[in-house]
Amino acid sequence: MSSSEINKNEVDIVIGALNADLTQFLNSWRPFFSGFHLIIVKDPELKDDLNIPEGFDVDVYSKPDIEKVVGAANAAMFSGYSCRYFGYLVSKKKYIVSIDDDCVPAKDPKGVLVDAVSQHVSNLENPATPLFFNTLYDPYCEGADFVRGYPFSLRSGVPCAASCGLWLNLADLDAPTQALKTEQRNTSYVDAVMTVPLKAMLPISGINIAFNRELVGPALVPALRIAGEGKVRWETLEDVWCGMCLKHISDHLGYGVKTGLPYVWRNERGDAVESLRKKWEGMKLMEKSVPFFEALKLPESAVNVEDCVVELAKAVKEQLGSDDPAFTQAADAMVKWVQLWNSVNSSG
Amino acid sequence: MVDPANTVGIPVNPTPLLKDELDIVIPTIRNLDFLEMWRPFLQPYHLIIVQDGDPTKKIHVPEGYDYELYNRNDINRILGPKASCISFKDSACRCFGYMVSKKKYIFTIDDDCFVAKDPAGKAVNALEQHIKNLLCPSTPWFFNTLYDPYREGADFVRGYPFSLREGVSTAVSHGLWLNIPDYDAPTQLVKPKERNARYVDAVMTIPKGTLFPMCGMNLAFDRDLIGPAMYFGLMGDGQPIGRYDDMWAGWCIKVICDHLGLGVKTGLPYIYHSKASNPFVNLKKEYKGIFWQEDIIPFFQNVKLSKEATTVQQCYIELSKMVKEKLSSLDPYFDKLADAMVTWIEAWDELNPPATA
Repeated sequence: MSSSEINKNEVDIVIGALNADLTQFLNSWRPFFSGFHLIIVKDPELKDDLNIPEGFDVDVYSKPDIEKVVGAANAAMFSGYSCRYFGYLVSKKKYIVSIDDDCVPAKDPKGVLVDAVSQHVSNLENPATPLFFNTLYDPYCEGADFVRGYPFSLRSGVPCAASCGLWLNLADLDAPTQALKTEQRNTSYVDAVMTVPLKAMLPISGINIAFNRELVGPALVPALRIAGEGKVRWETLEDVWCGMCLKHISDHLGYGVKTGLPYVWRNERGDAVESLRKKWEGMKLMEKSVPFFEALKLPESAVNVEDCVVELAKAVKEQLGSDDPAFTQAADAMVKWVQLWNSVNSSG
Repeated sequence: MVDPANTVGIPVNPTPLLKDELDIVIPTIRNLDFLEMWRPFLQPYHLIIVQDGDPTKKIHVPEGYDYELYNRNDINRILGPKASCISFKDSACRCFGYMVSKKKYIFTIDDDCFVAKDPAGKAVNALEQHIKNLLCPSTPWFFNTLYDPYREGADFVRGYPFSLREGVSTAVSHGLWLNIPDYDAPTQLVKPKERNARYVDAVMTIPKGTLFPMCGMNLAFDRDLIGPAMYFGLMGDGQPIGRYDDMWAGWCIKVICDHLGLGVKTGLPYIYHSKASNPFVNLKKEYKGIFWQEDIIPFFQNVKLSKEATTVQQCYIELSKMVKEKLSSLDPYFDKLADAMVTWIEAWDELNPPATA
């Protein structure tokens, strides 16, 4: 799907600014962000003023704006990498594309810069196929189709809720892995988009993601904060938790989640070994989360996204709350998030 | 425009992995000329040729290959009345080769599959990739967004639970095809010119609980782990259906692998599929399958094997009972198929008695 075929009015590009100087970032994305409306949310804990180059259609939100909308008590929900969720909250568009501010466009094997925005929107606009695995991956793309043996009744697919992109150069590995393999860089360009099957769990990264806000907006929950959460991805798990919730809710409601293209090029930031020095809380929390999500069954009565989030929060509190206070806080944040979502979005 | 690789001049692999532990099973009804171009990669290995159709026809095997060949007369002689479970006039007969093999691993390939080229133009050693896939673990319980985490240059991504990083044993490696894609007849009729030119450089584990359409054109498996479940069903002559042999096996092995905690991988390696079969002939063969699969899929999706089924054979027998119970009402064919599944296991156990201590 080329840039000219996308209805740009349906898309908001939301950037969480953890760096003050966005000049290089935005200039590198200019060919692909041009014509789109941008929402830039400044990490409330970032002291310096943002440096944004000319020529973009952009709304910038910083701490005072956040506090005005959600109240000072709730502003902490949107600190660090979670600042981008505020952009999801206030957007009025159908699709959101969100990219970390340390990523630039990648090049495909032919040397052509990848239009990540177009690819994400194309992924979101085409159906997903979570009920049966297609061995030729995305059956709707040019030059491919469903293979022999794929049930015909499943070929119209389901709505796509999210598009999870990937990263060349610095892949989204955790601190222990990157510290062990300091020189490792991802050079493998896998030319495929595929639907993650029903009930399959996966770690969804917030670095390069897009979603259908109209379909699943409230399910993108800024909820889990690990103790000592930091300003590099190695010291966070908020997106992974959000992704587990999103996938579970999508499965429950009959939507699909895609993974694969587009790639972005992710640059060096932070020090994996340094991040390792902090106690790796995230590891323990993930271990507890997996059996929880595996066994979880949302009630049949939860038929919309908000209800699903609330039910999920209830289950988290009941079943994981005693394991770690981080889970109780996450559950509370999820409930608060739904309240905020409803109040912000009903007031139009 | 996709071309096969030119393997002239490539020396025979001097260090063939698992040379004495792997058999290559090839069903054929016409000829084995395709083996000429596969020499560099396949010549060191032992072949089991299953000759379908007229047993009096002489199939020429290219010089230099070490092989055993079975025609219909051999199958009847070896299995006696149990030969009824082996299809005739259909490449499903290849599973006889799995049964008579004495090796740990099987690679099966169709006789119209040539060597593919990777994007750099290099000839793809499909067997070597299958072996790599089988020898390293699978990860069916949690999807890794960077695909095969054990591959050079890859790893588990942030958030991937550490307790699941050891993976499980890989039972099946399902490869893909460039050029003629494995489409069903209706799709072939609508898109006769479509060619698969997309080389997706990834191997991945198919998640637990997910079914897939397994193609037998380019397939490898661990015979010790899953062999008895690789029955390719009743197809061809005298049967109401064809081109669903590998599909049937794929659904069976996947539910059994999920039950036993084994992994199934798909993706690399690619082979170059050279011949497009006649879509009208295919439509006649597949016709019933297209309707039946609408019921078969929910059947397999809802299969629950008992805790007591701890071997592949036990799982398979249990499955055959469920097929008889739940699918016979769809068509009497499934009653016959369920019986054939049992016959297959009996024949398998006869030919593969447990090793004495």
